[in-house]
Amino acid sequence: MAAAGKMSLASGAPAQRDVIVLRLLVALVIFGAWEAVSRSGLFYGEVIPSLTRIWTSLIKLLGDGVFYRNLQVTTFETVVALAIGAGCGIAVGIGLGANRFLMRAFEPYVYYLSPTPRIILFPVMIMWFGVGPSSKIALGALSAFFAIALSTAAGMRQIDPVLIRVGRSFRASLWQMTLKIYLPAMRVPILNGLRLGMGTAIITVLLGETKLSNQGLGYMIMQVYTRFDMPGLYALLIVVFLLAGAVNALIGHFARDGA
Amino acid sequence: MAEKSGPSFLRRNGPELFGALSLLAAVLVFEALVRSGIVNRFVIPPPSDIVLAFERVIVEENILGRFRDTAVEMVIAGFAAVGVGVPIGAFLYRSALWRRAMEDWIGALAAAPIVLAFPLFLVLFGRSPKTIIVMGFVHGLAPIILKMVEGLASTRPVLINVGRSLKMTSSQMFWKILFPSALPVIFTGIRLSWTFVLITIVGVEYLINLGGLGQLINELAERYDLPGTYAGICFVVLVSVLFFVILERVESWLQPGR
Repeated sequence: MAAAGKMSLASGAPAQRDVIVLRLLVALVIFGAWEAVSRSGLFYGEVIPSLTRIWTSLIKLLGDGVFYRNLQVTTFETVVALAIGAGCGIAVGIGLGANRFLMRAFEPYVYYLSPTPRIILFPVMIMWFGVGPSSKIALGALSAFFAIALSTAAGMRQIDPVLIRVGRSFRASLWQMTLKIYLPAMRVPILNGLRLGMGTAIITVLLGETKLSNQGLGYMIMQVYTRFDMPGLYALLIVVFLLAGAVNALIGHFARDGA
Repeated sequence: MAEKSGPSFLRRNGPELFGALSLLAAVLVFEALVRSGIVNRFVIPPPSDIVLAFERVIVEENILGRFRDTAVEMVIAGFAAVGVGVPIGAFLYRSALWRRAMEDWIGALAAAPIVLAFPLFLVLFGRSPKTIIVMGFVHGLAPIILKMVEGLASTRPVLINVGRSLKMTSSQMFWKILFPSALPVIFTGIRLSWTFVLITIVGVEYLINLGGLGQLINELAERYDLPGTYAGICFVVLVSVLFFVILERVESWLQPGR
């Protein structure tokens, strides 16, 4: 590894200052290129709006009460979806991780279904739960479920057997084992599963809102797209990407703290 | 070993058989619930109707043609991601400064809900397969770059020392030592990337009602052809699972030790 490091890190690790300078330079080049393309007339002005117009839209968006009402709806749908997905995912994950028979019987289905495109299940969710928030919540819960169940099952198998034997020697019930042994010992894999689950839940809830909804940030994205308000669309996407990134980083931070 | 008869098929595959039978039992329970009217057949069609709808969907809806459309988009986006991601990963491995500066950004790109930006891509590239391919490509790029860097960085030092002792040039070192050694990890990146690409492509096809399998599900759902919709979804799920299994098999073939 050290030699490999020498191959790439010929003069040692780069200084933090150099890294920051390079990042600023890259950002400057990207923004400069964007502005140049915007002013060049190569594209219709609305397609690549100037940075100042995007910034103005961003400020306008953040000062608009409608944005916060829609954010509230999306947050509610995502949180409920995650709660349901996490509840089911952790329960199934513990079952699959604790029991070898169940693992062999059912884990392949969970594992191989996990990377399928979940948004295609949206028509089914609409039929089952209607066109309101319930269908988005159900789709989000389903998305979160797979990541959390698999992560929990993997975490369950990594629990120190001594801890399990201690619990059993105290004749702990299944409930006590779950609360006192399994869950505390699996904090990191569960948080990692929650991080992944939260990411997929946010995406599917928002996609569901773009497809069929009259509220939420996904709906707002379709509204600005329909109005061809491109600065508004860029501003909204920036905010959504930043929010998704921040939530992801926050849960990742908790997971690292627990490690 | 030879004198003892091995465990019977049932003993060896009991759990798997139980899993498959449970699935079958669930299907039969649904059939009974729908036929008895307990579950509304306009919400969940009887599973037997879904099975029968497969033939109709395959013949009348040109499912193979749609599969080909999705596969072509998938191949173009997937290989473009590999073609662009591998050199970028190699460059980042070579330059520690660029690597440290960009790795976090690329990680953020991998986690970003890119598929949500489909209205933006529609404006930029029009309502055409180009939009779907570009979105698949963008979503599939980050895992390859990250795994390429990881794979090259995890080359065993002894291999690098052998290369140095043979006075290999930088290019020889890359093609004869680093790249072959990193190949299994790179393939993990390709598997992740192509899974992202598939999810994005089918998802965007469904959302913008264009292209192959995703559009098929949207059309069937809009026609309220329930057995057809369920059959279409089952077909897409089967294709995704098959695709994932093949990639996984190739990956484990490349990493026999793991």
